[in-house]
Amino acid sequence: MCLAVPAKIVSLDENREGEVDYLGTRLKANFTLLEEAKPGDWVIVHAGYAISSMDEKEARETLSLLRELAAAQDK
Amino acid sequence: MKEFRDRKILAGLLRSIRRRAEQLGPPLRMMEVCGTHTMTIHRFGLQPLLEQAGVIMTSGPGCPVCITPDAYHEAAIGLLTGRPNTILATFGDMTRVPTRQGSLQTAIPAPGSRLKIVYSPREALETARQDPGREVVFFGVGFETTIPSIALSIKQAAGESLANFSVLSALWLIPPPLRAILESGELRLQGFLYPGHVSAIIGLRPYAFVAEEFGLAGAVAGFEPADILLAVSSVLDQILRKKPAVANEYGRVVREEGNSRAQAIMEEVLEVKDAYWRGLGLIPRSGLKIGKAFQAWDAEERHGLKLKPESSELPGCRCGEVLRGVLPPPGCGLFGRKCRPESPLGPCMVSLEGACLVYYKYSRK
Repeated sequence: MCLAVPAKIVSLDENREGEVDYLGTRLKANFTLLEEAKPGDWVIVHAGYAISSMDEKEARETLSLLRELAAAQDK
Repeated sequence: MKEFRDRKILAGLLRSIRRRAEQLGPPLRMMEVCGTHTMTIHRFGLQPLLEQAGVIMTSGPGCPVCITPDAYHEAAIGLLTGRPNTILATFGDMTRVPTRQGSLQTAIPAPGSRLKIVYSPREALETARQDPGREVVFFGVGFETTIPSIALSIKQAAGESLANFSVLSALWLIPPPLRAILESGELRLQGFLYPGHVSAIIGLRPYAFVAEEFGLAGAVAGFEPADILLAVSSVLDQILRKKPAVANEYGRVVREEGNSRAQAIMEEVLEVKDAYWRGLGLIPRSGLKIGKAFQAWDAEERHGLKLKPESSELPGCRCGEVLRGVLPPPGCGLFGRKCRPESPLGPCMVSLEGACLVYYKYSRK
C-alpha cells in the first residue's frame, strides 16, 4: 500500500490539481501536500497525491556514494 | 536511476555487507518493517544473497491490509449488503480479504448498492459528487503514507458540505508496533529498515526511541535494490561503531523533519487512539480516528457501526504470527497448499505487499 512512484509534474492549476508523467503515462494528481510544486519538478506520487518532492542533489550524492562503494570493492 | 539496479554496484554493496557481517559475527537479523520493502527484497532475489552475506531479513507488520482486523472488513461487508443505495469504495486489495462473512467481492450488495474499486481517495470523493442520490462510503486503510490523502479527502468533503460521503477508517501508525515488537522480546533483532514513504511524511524523529531506549540500529531505506543494500550496510556500520541511530539512506525523498503540511492536515482532521492490530493485539496510541469536528464524515458515527476488533480472526490462518515476524510464511501449514493467491485464507496472501503473497510469487521453493 505504501507503493509510490517517482513522476514529473506536467501541469497544475490554482486548486493544486494537475497531471504527472510516470514512465510516459499521464496520471491525475493532487499537490496540496507539497509546499512548492511547479511543472518539471520530480515528485513521489502515492494514491493520486504527491507526498514528497525529490531532491536531485541528494539523488546524485547517493549515486556517487554507490559508485564509490562499488569501485572500492573492485581493488 | 538505472544504477540503483546495476549488477556491479549491487555486487559491491553485497561484498561490503559481507565484510561487515563477518566482523560482527552471527546472528544478524534485521526487520524490514515495510511490505513494499519485502517486495523489493524478494522480487530482486536479495533475500538469499543477503543470507549468504550473513544477514537474515525478517518481514514486519508493514502491510495495512494485513494488520486491519476482520471486524473492519466485516463492517464494510455489512454496509454493502445491508444498506440500499450505497457505494462502498475501497482499494483493490481490500476487496479480497476473506472473513467469516466472505469478502467484499463475494458479498451480495443490497438493492441499488455496489462495490467500487478506487486507486485514490479522490476517486471516492468524485463518485460522491457525481452521484448525490447514493451514499458513498470510502473504506480507507493505510499507514502514514496514505493517511494525509484520506484526511485531505475528509477535509475537502467538509469544505464542500458533501452530505453523501463518509469514511470507514482503518488508519495505523508505524512507530508504536515497533515498540510492541521490541517489548514482547519474541524476536532477537539487531536492527530495522524503516519504511521510506511513511518516513517521507513523519521524518526521522519518531523512530529515535528504538536507538535511545532499545539501543538498536536502523536506517530509512528507499525501494530500489541498491537502496535496500545501502540501508543494510548502514545498519551494520552503526552496530560496528556501537552508535545506534536513525540513518536516512533515502535522502532524495525523505527529509529529517518529514512533510510538515501532511502532518498538519493529519493533526487537524484526525485524533490518536489505542488500536487493535491483527496479530499484535491492542497497542497504545497506534491508530487514528476521525476527529470530533469531522464526525459527520465518519462512517462509524454516521451509520452507527459497532466494531469489535479484538474478537475477529479466521481460524487456521497464521497471518498474525507472520506480521510479528515470528513465522516465515512457508512455516504455515496452509501456505501454498490450501492458501494460495487465487484462494487466499488470510490477508497476508491477498495484499500485494503481504509477506505470504510476496513469498509465494518470488521465493517459493
